Amino acid sequence: MPDHPLYQQLDELAKAVDTIALADEAELAELRTQLLGRKSGKLTHILRGLRDLDSDARRDVGQRANRLKQQIEAAIAAREEALAVPRMTASDVDLSMAGRRQWQGAIHPVTAVVDEICDIFREIGFTRVTGPEAETEEYNFVKLNIPLDHPAADEHDTFFLDGQAKQPCGEWKAPGRLLLRTHTSPMQARTMERYQPPIRIVVPGQAYRRDPFDPSHSPAFEQIEGLVVDDGVSFVDFKAGIDFFVKRFFSPETEVRFRPSFFPFTEPSAEVDVQCQLCRGSGCSTCKQTGFLEIMGAGMVHPAVFERCGIDAERYTGYAFGMGPHRITMLRHGIPDIRMLYLNDMRFLGQFAL
Amino acid sequence: MNVSLEWLAELLGRELDAADASHRLAMLGAPVEGIETLNQDLEDVVVGIVEQAGSHPNADRLTLCHVNDGSETREVVCGASNVREGAKYAYAPAGATLPGGLRLSARKIRGVVSHGMLCSPSELGLGSDHEGIMELLTDAEPGTRLLDAMPLKDVRLDLEITPNRPDLLGHRGVARELGAVYGAPVKLPAIPHAPVDGKTARRVESHGVVGGVEVSIEDVGGCPRYMAAAITDVKVGPSPTWLEARLRAVGARPINNVVDATNYILFELNQPMHAFDLDRLRGGKVIVRGAQPRERLRTLDGEDRALDPQMTMICDADGAIAIGGVMGGHESEVTSETTTVLLECAYFDPKRIRRTRQTLKMSTDASYRFERGTDPEGMDDALRRAVALIRAVAGGSEPEAAIDVYPTPFRTRAVFLRPERVEHLLGMRIPVDEIERFLTSLGFAVAPKDGRLHVQVPGWRPDVTREVDLIEEVARLHGYDSFPVELRAFKPSAVPADSREPRRAQLRRVLTGHGLHEARSFPLNHSDRDDAQRLSNPLSAEESCLRSDLMTGLRASAERNWGARERDIRLFELGIVFTATAPGHLPDETERIAAVISGARTPPHWTGSGHASDYDLWDAKALAELTLGVVGNRADLAVSGDRWVVTDGDGRERGWVGPVTADQPAWAAPLIGFELDLDFAHAAHVQYRELPTTPAIERDLALVLPAGVSAADIEASVRSTSGALLESLYIFDEYRGEVVSGRSVAWRLVFRSPGRTLRDTDADGAVDRVLAVLKEQFNVERR
Ligand SMILES: [Zn+2]
Repeated sequence: MPDHPLYQQLDELAKAVDTIALADEAELAELRTQLLGRKSGKLTHILRGLRDLDSDARRDVGQRANRLKQQIEAAIAAREEALAVPRMTASDVDLSMAGRRQWQGAIHPVTAVVDEICDIFREIGFTRVTGPEAETEEYNFVKLNIPLDHPAADEHDTFFLDGQAKQPCGEWKAPGRLLLRTHTSPMQARTMERYQPPIRIVVPGQAYRRDPFDPSHSPAFEQIEGLVVDDGVSFVDFKAGIDFFVKRFFSPETEVRFRPSFFPFTEPSAEVDVQCQLCRGSGCSTCKQTGFLEIMGAGMVHPAVFERCGIDAERYTGYAFGMGPHRITMLRHGIPDIRMLYLNDMRFLGQFAL
Repeated sequence: MNVSLEWLAELLGRELDAADASHRLAMLGAPVEGIETLNQDLEDVVVGIVEQAGSHPNADRLTLCHVNDGSETREVVCGASNVREGAKYAYAPAGATLPGGLRLSARKIRGVVSHGMLCSPSELGLGSDHEGIMELLTDAEPGTRLLDAMPLKDVRLDLEITPNRPDLLGHRGVARELGAVYGAPVKLPAIPHAPVDGKTARRVESHGVVGGVEVSIEDVGGCPRYMAAAITDVKVGPSPTWLEARLRAVGARPINNVVDATNYILFELNQPMHAFDLDRLRGGKVIVRGAQPRERLRTLDGEDRALDPQMTMICDADGAIAIGGVMGGHESEVTSETTTVLLECAYFDPKRIRRTRQTLKMSTDASYRFERGTDPEGMDDALRRAVALIRAVAGGSEPEAAIDVYPTPFRTRAVFLRPERVEHLLGMRIPVDEIERFLTSLGFAVAPKDGRLHVQVPGWRPDVTREVDLIEEVARLHGYDSFPVELRAFKPSAVPADSREPRRAQLRRVLTGHGLHEARSFPLNHSDRDDAQRLSNPLSAEESCLRSDLMTGLRASAERNWGARERDIRLFELGIVFTATAPGHLPDETERIAAVISGARTPPHWTGSGHASDYDLWDAKALAELTLGVVGNRADLAVSGDRWVVTDGDGRERGWVGPVTADQPAWAAPLIGFELDLDFAHAAHVQYRELPTTPAIERDLALVLPAGVSAADIEASVRSTSGALLESLYIFDEYRGEVVSGRSVAWRLVFRSPGRTLRDTDADGAVDRVLAVLKEQFNVERR
């Protein structure tokens, strides 16, 4: 049965479908008549020939012919639409009208800042790792040389987890209470306990302090920790590493200033200021007229931390730093209130889409 | 902490520029948070001498004065009773503006024109006395600005002092830092009118008598050293102007000469002191002991306080009179009737003070300093200076030497410093003599010994306990900014990077590419779940638990967006959720991803007449499948009620996709979403498949599905029946109408063989087989 001439005619017609896609307007009209014309159209001719076939063949050829008819019609419609496009240049179309957009999502501005910071440090050999947000007093304080009975611990107003003994760990021992980390620094200890130098890591993640919300404070906030430990890492290397980051992140002209400070887990300790990006150092309300903005706490790793984490404090030296991407994000984009970064307002997030 | 620039200048014996001093202090580690020029509103006030004081012609209680202001003599009406001829006063001429903004003009008072006024301390903002005018004990010529004639010209610096540096809580300590960089030694200024017969304290081991009072320490742990001096025949009253000015400059309120003197020593030497009225001590005793159970004390601030045995109390024979190192008691307070003072100068244990302060929830100037550590070695000098100051400002004498109860004297701390270690840590060589000079300038005693430096640490530096602390001092004085910035060679990190990070980034790319914004929700919320990890000290009930899912935050975000009249919502979040485990164990932390969508699927466009269709379940399902594809682990979506449950290869539930119930306004579109665990599979590389060179044949299959037969059932059957020639299949239409019973679903089947061009009969044969099996399995027929 497939050798019936109608089958060959169908195959011929199927080839014609391809020519439709190349036809210009006149040819398209021609093709339409040639293939589908009610009087002499080739397909019409085939459909008329069906009545000469037996019932099985009639059904088979009929189905094929109908399918082909649909294909031809679709191809003609598609070509018509395609041919309509050049007409857009005609004077009756207003090309000032808006193009057809799709929704475009935005990476959260804090994520974007975190990624950018980590990527810059990757250029100078830092690997990016993460650690737990729920921690022990041991890792959050003791191993970092922060005595709980010293005013240095007062800056770490801590959320404790339920279901624990209420007694704090004494002098330096006892497992102590469970808590939400008040900084990402516990990962310094966790990393040093697990890996031998050379260590070069950046650790982004959430930290928690029991400060009520206000425009510049949130009980939860993003932090990025950095740690370098190796033979012969000095204060000069520390300054160079931070300077590299600042100049990449802000601009090569940005001035960096290192000021002595105090953190129990670094010695010498430093606050790092960068030239105010708003006034370029001439003084404004954002920088309280100083021309500088504080962006991180840092310093050389305190030997007591090495000792508590099983690293040879006489052989190895290193530096560590911590900074707040929320604050940097707010400065970068001029966001006045940290709460904006937690509300997920579509209008706000949409501003960061392309 | 407030410091007075004039006070620092006096200690250093040189003038100081506020801006330069502030910069240097910042670069030494004590940043200046505020600079305030004091008494600027006294610009217009000058020294005036009353040449003649006569009665006012029309008022008995007023005086008509002839005031010489240096250039001429003017008539001024004065209402104060203490005005006298020949004395100098603060004179505000007509035209002057007084503190508070009052502008004076010449005006008639009871018929006589008064050209300005003679001012009381209260009118000048210099004290509370508003009865009498301010007599000036000064040699300055009439017409001199008051600011130049009196010690009123000052700048207050607000310093941020880190908790390791208690010595910087006193002016001498701050001056010492500045002196080290300016090259000016610190010298305590002489006290005006101070007596010269100071006595050296008597050291005793456990108890001794002074002024008839027996002083003893029982709680040596809480109070290792207690000194006391007795001063008789004092006259309590207001302090001299210079003393009040010093206190006002640092923001302290003058009280009386005795208390002001102790506060002066506090702000100068960082040694808190306490003055008791000796006659009000009962039983002639001062005992330093731990508080007794249920003991109470009414402190100077009027509060009745419950004490506990951890607290160190100062007691007389009848009971507690002060909380040692924190606050004095009401009963033994120095008053205007006091004639004999017992002056306490003690060292209290920082940790005990801290505990007491925390228990009582109170912090005082004294407790703040004791908690950070005062100088046990400087107490002798501090007490001697305090006695001299009290005698200078309140009169009186010290009949016998002070008593010094000091059972176990502290040993002076010494630390060795290796110059090569300085270079090792700081990365540049600093000459030994330079190191010695730096340390000496800060008060360390340095002596070379076997190639190292033997460094004796002064008592005011409790923070310096090991070599590295000295290296920091060297770095500070060398100047952090003087070290080079030089990127040197480094070795790669031995710590492998978190391999999940690129996958997280990929997820963010995929979902933002589909129009979703990345959300970050606040990780604390309220939860009724049993396995929620609770906080023991939350700020509020609404933030009392760590989140156990991401959807709660996204739902709240959606509701807030609706609240802002925003209909189109597309959010996803990557984050950690917490599940409580056994008591005493850390909670489990699981990484999750969640998303919500609602509203228009595309932005409005004029070609669609501004209408776009809304997101529905199928969008969420596809987004979830896309996400699972990035994650890479096997996951199955099983229908469960009106949503899908996602299970992993082991059949464990790992998430869901479906409608999200929320508090939504009537005009909002349905909210749909998903939440999935993120356990990333090892990322397999895509393996290339050969591109087809032969044509495909398509067949459409419109089937009528009876109730209970799912598309997945059909597809599974079609795949297994049609064999290797079936390349792919997909549904392209569903039709539910009155014409057909049940529903009609149309698939497109694509057949292809890599080796040969298929003939229609190949495809038709496969379709026939499929239809036969479907009929048998599900009683499904072609439409
Ligand atoms: Zn600025």
